[in-house]
Amino acid sequence: MDVMPKWAEVILVPLISLILAAILSALVILAIGEDPVAAVQLMVTGALGSTYGWGYTLYYATNFMFTGLAVAVAFHAGLFNIGGEGQAALGGLGVALVCLFIPWPHWTIAVLAAIIGSAVFGALWAAIPAYLQAKRGSHIVITTIMFNFIAAAVLNYMLVNILRPAGSMDPATARFPEAVHLPSLHDILGTFGIAFSRAAPANVSLLIAMVACVLVWLLIWRTPLGLEIRSYGKSQRAAKYAGIGAVRITMIAMLISGALAGMMAINNVMGEAERLVLNAVEGAGFIGIAVALMGRSHPFGVFLAAILFGFLYQGGAELALWTSIPRELIVVIQALVILFTGALDNMVRMPLERMFLALRAARAPKVDAAE
Amino acid sequence: MNFLALFDLSVLDTTVRLATPLLLACLAGLFSERAGIFDIGLEGKMLAAAFFSAAIAAITGSVWLGLLAGIGASLVLAGVHGLASITFRGNQLISGVAINFLAAGMTVLVAQDWFQQGGRTPSLLTGGRFEPITLPFAEALSTVPVFGPIYAELISGHSILVYVALLCVPGTWYILFRTRFGLRLRAVGENPAAVDTAGVSVVGLRFAAVAICGVLCGIAGAYLATALQAGFVKDMTAGRGFIALAALIFAKWRPWHALWATLLFGYLQAIALRPDIIEGALGFKVQVQLLDALPYILTVVILAGFVGKAIPPRAGGEPYVKER
Repeated sequence: MDVMPKWAEVILVPLISLILAAILSALVILAIGEDPVAAVQLMVTGALGSTYGWGYTLYYATNFMFTGLAVAVAFHAGLFNIGGEGQAALGGLGVALVCLFIPWPHWTIAVLAAIIGSAVFGALWAAIPAYLQAKRGSHIVITTIMFNFIAAAVLNYMLVNILRPAGSMDPATARFPEAVHLPSLHDILGTFGIAFSRAAPANVSLLIAMVACVLVWLLIWRTPLGLEIRSYGKSQRAAKYAGIGAVRITMIAMLISGALAGMMAINNVMGEAERLVLNAVEGAGFIGIAVALMGRSHPFGVFLAAILFGFLYQGGAELALWTSIPRELIVVIQALVILFTGALDNMVRMPLERMFLALRAARAPKVDAAE
Repeated sequence: MNFLALFDLSVLDTTVRLATPLLLACLAGLFSERAGIFDIGLEGKMLAAAFFSAAIAAITGSVWLGLLAGIGASLVLAGVHGLASITFRGNQLISGVAINFLAAGMTVLVAQDWFQQGGRTPSLLTGGRFEPITLPFAEALSTVPVFGPIYAELISGHSILVYVALLCVPGTWYILFRTRFGLRLRAVGENPAAVDTAGVSVVGLRFAAVAICGVLCGIAGAYLATALQAGFVKDMTAGRGFIALAALIFAKWRPWHALWATLLFGYLQAIALRPDIIEGALGFKVQVQLLDALPYILTVVILAGFVGKAIPPRAGGEPYVKER
């Protein structure tokens, strides 16, 4: 029997961790001589006070949904995929190749091809570490870290030596053709007569990310494969006795994880930049770790945490614009969230568990008396 | 074609200087991982040490105070890692990730607050840096054929931290393989229950290992900012913590092999700075990106076990729970 009721596990523990991270962040802001209350107000108005702010918040959130889901799926299989950064970078390469070299008649077809392209490239980049973990026992955390660096070198090579248009100094591909332009939220909401900022980069990928959340939920909790992934993640030995193949689950979970991370490129490469630039991922692969931890690896939790981090990202950019607080404040907050919801999880959990045990013990004698 | 140019003295000299931070961080990771605590936060600890050493050296004008501050900053992060992974039995890998981000963000935040120079420290002047040391007789011996230039250029003329790092190699070997503390430290990474049964504190040993790791990372970071370069710039570790981690696996968690591995990776970094030499020696152009990626590719190959399998300490990454 679980020590804590489910609501405490799902809501209370992450909430307390989040509050701890927020308190420490406020102290950091105080220490550099700024007002935390004013900072939060500025972040809220900057990120949520206008459709322009929302447009950026949701754009960032879309990235984090993909990378968060990627980390979450791997977590369910007991694997720590730290390579979302590299997989998303390779996904960008896939999107760029699909968009540049095939003349698409309409964006609806192009986006389907781009989803496949980005997912295949991302999955391939995850496949090698997954294979090495499954077959050769190489630690997946180390290999995925190494693959992030190798991906950076591959992308650098591709952009500088191969994909860069002749005569351009910029290490980036040519602009994608107009036909593959994805409709922004401005275009989509405009058809329903809702006004939305034209300048903000949020686009149709947001809907794709939300569909991905639902599909991952179905996969993990409503399919036999999801049950196998979760059992393997909970206990590899028990899974083995149940006849669940370790190699198979490791490969499948990592392929799905890599594909999800790669699909982030639909948003940032195809939806926003409309060309592939160096360092297009900008750390979103790592934020996926914070998002998955915060969201307790549940797709709905990932969805909420991604929006929270989207808000932090856009709010942080506003802070950097209007105050002397650098953007790196967001990196600190991100670190604190990872620390409290991930590594120091037991620090929050242990006292809570003791509290609930004490509550139950206080109630128990009455039950005895009734018997 | 001139293969010998690949081993030009100036390239080897740069190799030694670039290998030093890798070596220190690699030995730091060696202590931690031999005691069963995975540490992917080497990068963050080095970065924090680099900033605080440069900042304090810039403010006080004393590089030694800077070094102490760097070690202190690194120890604080090591303490967080110990708290998370030993006391609260959290996930060591996630803790390492958090530490890397904490350092990346805090260094820029504090740098901006203290110096207002866009996340960097002022350039360090004389006294704020570790200066090169000329070893005795370097001048006099430099005319001796072969040995003279090697002694004068390659061995002499580095900052004191380079020699400290090199001395750490036999030091680490001695501590780990010739002292009781070292035996227990290795045992706690292989079979903590046995150490516990023998009445030795698993928690104490692991904290000691994490603290040593913090000190060595601190020296590595201070070397980056006050000896290799003259001041701190944002993200100046540039993945060195991860290259050190790669070297650690390459060396299969052994001190002398760590020296060779970090020298190899340092050489790759040094030769990447001289594409002209590579082209002259091999007769064709080698892509810089390939040289950049080579340490990581080599590590994956080693990890895959195709060239001698790398087997980590057995209890690595697992928090120890006493049986009750």
